[in-house]
Amino acid sequence: MEYNTIYKPKGDAMKHIKIDPITRLEGHGKIDIFLDEQGEVANCYFVVPELRGFEKFCQGRPVEDLPRITTRICGVCPEAHHMASAKACDAVYHVTIPPAARKLRELLYNTFYCADHTVHFYALGGPDFVVGPDAPKAERNILGVIRKVGLDAGKKVIKLRALAGEIIETLGGKKIHQVTAIPGGVSKGLTEEERQKFLSYASYFVEFGQFTLQVFEDIVLKNSDYVDMILSDTFAHKTYYMGLVDENNKVNFYDGMVRVVDPEGNEFCKYHPHEYTEHISEHIEPWTYLKYPYLKNVGWKGFVDGKESGVYRATPLARLNVSDGMATPLAQEEYEKFYDTLTGDSSGKTPVHHTLATHWARVIELMYAAERTKELLEDPEITSPDIRVIPTEIPTEGVGTVEAPRGTLTHHYKTDENGIVREVNLIVGTTNNYAAISMSIKKAAQGLIHKGVEITDGVLNKIEMAFRAYDPCFACATHTLPGQMPLELRIFDKDGQLITSKKRY
Amino acid sequence: MSKPKLALYWAASCGGCEITVLDIEEKILDVAEFFDIVFWPCAMDFKYEDVQAMGEKEIDITLFNGAIRTSENEQMAKLLREKSKILIAFGSCAHEGCIPGLANFFDRKGIFEYAYKQSPTVEEETRGTYPQPHTRVPEGEIEIPEFYDTVKTLDQVVEVDYIIPGCPPQSFQVWGVLQAVMDILKTGKPLPPKGAVLGAGDKTCCDECPRERKEKKIKEFVRPHQIIPKEDECLLDQGILCMGPATRSGCGALCVKANIPCRGCYGAPPNVRDQGAKMISALSSVVDASNPEEARKILETIADPLGTFYRFSLAHSTFRRAQIPNGKAQEKVVAQQEAEAIH
Repeated sequence: MEYNTIYKPKGDAMKHIKIDPITRLEGHGKIDIFLDEQGEVANCYFVVPELRGFEKFCQGRPVEDLPRITTRICGVCPEAHHMASAKACDAVYHVTIPPAARKLRELLYNTFYCADHTVHFYALGGPDFVVGPDAPKAERNILGVIRKVGLDAGKKVIKLRALAGEIIETLGGKKIHQVTAIPGGVSKGLTEEERQKFLSYASYFVEFGQFTLQVFEDIVLKNSDYVDMILSDTFAHKTYYMGLVDENNKVNFYDGMVRVVDPEGNEFCKYHPHEYTEHISEHIEPWTYLKYPYLKNVGWKGFVDGKESGVYRATPLARLNVSDGMATPLAQEEYEKFYDTLTGDSSGKTPVHHTLATHWARVIELMYAAERTKELLEDPEITSPDIRVIPTEIPTEGVGTVEAPRGTLTHHYKTDENGIVREVNLIVGTTNNYAAISMSIKKAAQGLIHKGVEITDGVLNKIEMAFRAYDPCFACATHTLPGQMPLELRIFDKDGQLITSKKRY
Repeated sequence: MSKPKLALYWAASCGGCEITVLDIEEKILDVAEFFDIVFWPCAMDFKYEDVQAMGEKEIDITLFNGAIRTSENEQMAKLLREKSKILIAFGSCAHEGCIPGLANFFDRKGIFEYAYKQSPTVEEETRGTYPQPHTRVPEGEIEIPEFYDTVKTLDQVVEVDYIIPGCPPQSFQVWGVLQAVMDILKTGKPLPPKGAVLGAGDKTCCDECPRERKEKKIKEFVRPHQIIPKEDECLLDQGILCMGPATRSGCGALCVKANIPCRGCYGAPPNVRDQGAKMISALSSVVDASNPEEARKILETIADPLGTFYRFSLAHSTFRRAQIPNGKAQEKVVAQQEAEAIH
C-alpha cells in the first residue's frame, strides 16, 4: 500500500519523518518532516492530498442552486457555504433582501456558531488544556474533559448541540446541507410560536457561554503552566490578520467589510468583499492540492512571518485582532479581559500573536454568538412574513463573504444573462490559514524535535496542538469524538533503514 | 464471544455522512457498546496498517462514504472490500457520486486549469503549476495521490452489498438500519437480499410530500427564485422543477416542506435504473403541449436540465460522464461505458 511506503532518501543524508495519515483532516492529510545531518528539523511539508473541483463543476449550473450545491464542500460547516453562496447570489441579481430575511439568515448563522465553537472547545481543542497536554492520551478527549469538569458539563454540551440543531433544521430546512437561502431572501419564515420556543433556547446558549468562560478561567487561566505555554514563543507567529467587521469595527460573522491589520495592529487595509481580488493572491506548490492565499500588496515571501511577508491569519484570534471589540456586552467584557491579560492593553489595539490564545478567542466568540442569537430572537421583526423579493435585474457577477468559523469565506460568481454560472472562484475558510498552519507546525517541530530527544507522545501532541488551534477544516470531521488524532512518526537513517518509529492511538 | 467488528471510512466526501452518524446522539454509545469499532479515521485512532494486518473478511460490516476521486480512494475501497464481510455504500457519494460526481461534466484537465491557472486570484509567479503525484523538493520527495479524470461510485470499483442513500442519510434512518443490523447479528435472522437499499422508503418523495397534487398541466417552467410558491400546492404543478417524482422516499420531504424543490439526493426510486431518464419520463406526461414544437419550447424553459436531472446521480447514470472532444461540446453527454479506462 502506498500509505506505508517507506521513503528512501535518494542520495542525501536527510532523515524523513512522516506523519501519515492525519486522519482527522479532511481527506488524508500528512506531515512530512525532514531532518538534516545534525538531526535538527530541516523542513516540514504539510500536504493536503485532496481536491474535488467545485469551482469547475459549478459552471453551467443555475446560480440559484449554488447555495445548495456548495454546501457539499463541507458537511460540518455547510451553513457557512450556504450563507456565502446566497449572498453572492443576491449580488449577482443586484437584489437587497428584506430586513427580516437578513435577520433570519443571521439567526441561523449565529446559532450554527454556538454549536460549532462548542464542539471545538469541548471535544477538540479543549482537551489539551482542560485535561492537559501531557495527560495520558486516553484521557485527552471529551470523556476526559467530562471527567475533569463534571458529567453535568457533558450533558450541557449535548443539550446545546441538540437545541442548536433544532433551530438550524427549522430555519434551514435540513440539519445538514441547508436549502432555504435563495437569491432575494429565504424561503421559510419563523412563526411566533417557534420564536418563543427558540428564545428559551437562546437564553440557555447565553448561560452556556458564561459557563464556558468560567471553565476557561478556572482551568486554563488559573494554571500558570498553561498560561506560560500560551505565551511561549514556540506557539507564536507575528502575522497579518483578517476578519469581517461591522460599521463600528466590531466582529461580525454574517456581513461587513474585510479589515486587515499588520503585525503591529495598524490597519493595513479595509475593503468591501467584492474588491477581494485586489487584495488576495494565491501561491501554488506542486506537492499539495491546496493553494496558499496571501496579501497581494505585501507579496509572497515563502513560509515566513513578519511585516514583509504576505502571510495572514483568519481565525477567531484574527477576528479579535482586527476588531475594536465585540457588539454584545458579555462578549465585550471578556474581550477586554483577553487583551488586558495578554498584552496589557484592554483596547485590543495591540494584537495577540499567540496561536494557542485562539482557543480563548473562540470562547469569546461563542459568547457573542449566543448573545446575538438571543438579540435576533427578541426582535419582533424576525417573524415578519416579508422574507423574499423576486429579483428583476439581469444577473451578472457577485461576491458573497461571511466569516466561517475557520476564516473569511468568499464565494465569487459570474453568470450569463440567464443566471447560468460561467465562473466560480472560492477562497475557503481554512485555506486562508494554510501557510500559517504550515509555519506553526514547522516551528513547533523545530522547537521540539532535536537529536537525542525521544519522540514521546507528549511531543507529538504538542506538534498537533500547533495546528489544532486553527480548527482546520480540511478536517470536517475534526468535530468528532474523541478529539485526538493518531500520529505516526518514522525516522529513517541515511540508508533508509527504520531506526525508530512512534505510533499513537 | 467477541463483538462484531464495524468499520467506517470516508473517501471523497464532505464529512456530512460522519456528522449524520454522530447525530444519532447518545445512541452512538449503544453502537460503540455492541460493536468493536475497528476503523473510523474521523473519530477513532486506528490506522491503515491495522486494517491491512487483518485477515480476509475479518470486519463484519463496513460503512463506506464518499466517492472515488483519487487513487488513494480506490485503494482504500479495495482494501476494505477484501477485509469486510459486508460492504455498504453509505450516502449519496458512495452510492451514486452525488455532487462531486458533477465533475464528470468535465475532466482533470479542465478542473486543474480553472483551479491552478484561470482562477482570478492565482498569482502570476506560479500560475499554471499543477499538482504532481511525485515532487522532488530540496530535502527529498513528496507524494500525493493521483487525481482521476472521472469520479466513480463505490460499486464501479468493488462489489457492494447494500446501499444507504441520501445526502446525507437522515440520522433517524441511520439509527434504524443500525438497530436492524444489531438485531440480525443477535438473533441470526436472515440478511436482506444482496443489493438492497436500506434506510429509505420504497416509494417516491412525492408520497411523503404534504402538498396537494392536481392534474399537472405545465405551460412554462419557472425557477425557484422567480416566484413565491403557494403554500399547499405541489411545486411541480406551479411550474417549479421538482425531482420528487424521480426520487426515492426516505428523507421525509424536508426540502419541499421548506418551500424548496427536491433535487433528488435520495437517488432513483425502486426499479428505476436511471434517475434522469425517470424524470424525463415524468415530465413528458405533465407538459401541456399539443405538438412537438410546443413541447420543445416548454422544455427549453428548464434551466440546466442535465445538471438538474442528474444532480446527484451523474456518475452512476447510464452516461456516467460527458465526453469532451477537443475540450469542446461540454454540454453533450454521451454514453461512455469505458469511462474508467480514461486514466
